Amino acid sequence: MFNKSRVLFGLFALFIFTVSAPVTAQKAPTFSLDSDNGKISLNQYKNKLVYLDFWASWCKPCRTSFKFMNEIQQRYGNKGLQIIAINLDEDRASAARFLKSHPANFKIAYDPDGSTPGAYNLKVMPTSYLIDKRGNIILTHKGFKETQAPELEKMIAQALN
Amino acid sequence: MKLLFTLMTLLTISSCSLYNAAGNAFKTEQVNAWERNILARDDMQLDADPVRTFSDEHIYFSKEASTGGRGVGGGGCGCN
Repeated sequence: MFNKSRVLFGLFALFIFTVSAPVTAQKAPTFSLDSDNGKISLNQYKNKLVYLDFWASWCKPCRTSFKFMNEIQQRYGNKGLQIIAINLDEDRASAARFLKSHPANFKIAYDPDGSTPGAYNLKVMPTSYLIDKRGNIILTHKGFKETQAPELEKMIAQALN
Repeated sequence: MKLLFTLMTLLTISSCSLYNAAGNAFKTEQVNAWERNILARDDMQLDADPVRTFSDEHIYFSKEASTGGRGVGGGGCGCN
């Protein structure tokens, strides 16, 4: 009888453990995606502060975020910031059209199958993640408004120091 | 004691299967944020032309003298 209850208790404990375990995970999921020249993976930027952004050509706030990302890449690029913007358009042609009218001075990766956003638990377009040198997600920013730019820039500058 | 453990196990197992069933049911209906594409277009919005809606409602309320009929506060004088 003692053994049986111990087994049952073990099962119960295991259930509680499996339910509560994912809450603590803050490690940035790795990826390897196509870009205009070769593959881009998160592991290539281990000594950088990575600003990872998810965007698509049909997403309106993404247009304003591109202006912001160009600015901070220029300002903080030599201080160790690397912006990677993952495009989630199903066809690359629409992404190309967008990039023609909104040129980017940072890395663009293409994920037409949408394999990465799920791993990052993406809920809103655009969403950006700040990933430190150890590969931990230190900031998640949902959506983008021009008024939020100064606050966001302050947090990036802080993370670089 | 034995009864308590049995109950607890039953409860956890049933909540597990319920959770899975509900999870799958929602998954089939859900459009993820990165899949919106066509749904994000202006002409796919519930109110595709807000200016036109405003003008239509203005005329309707003026004619019917029923300001407030669409959930907006108002006195019913028909003057706005």
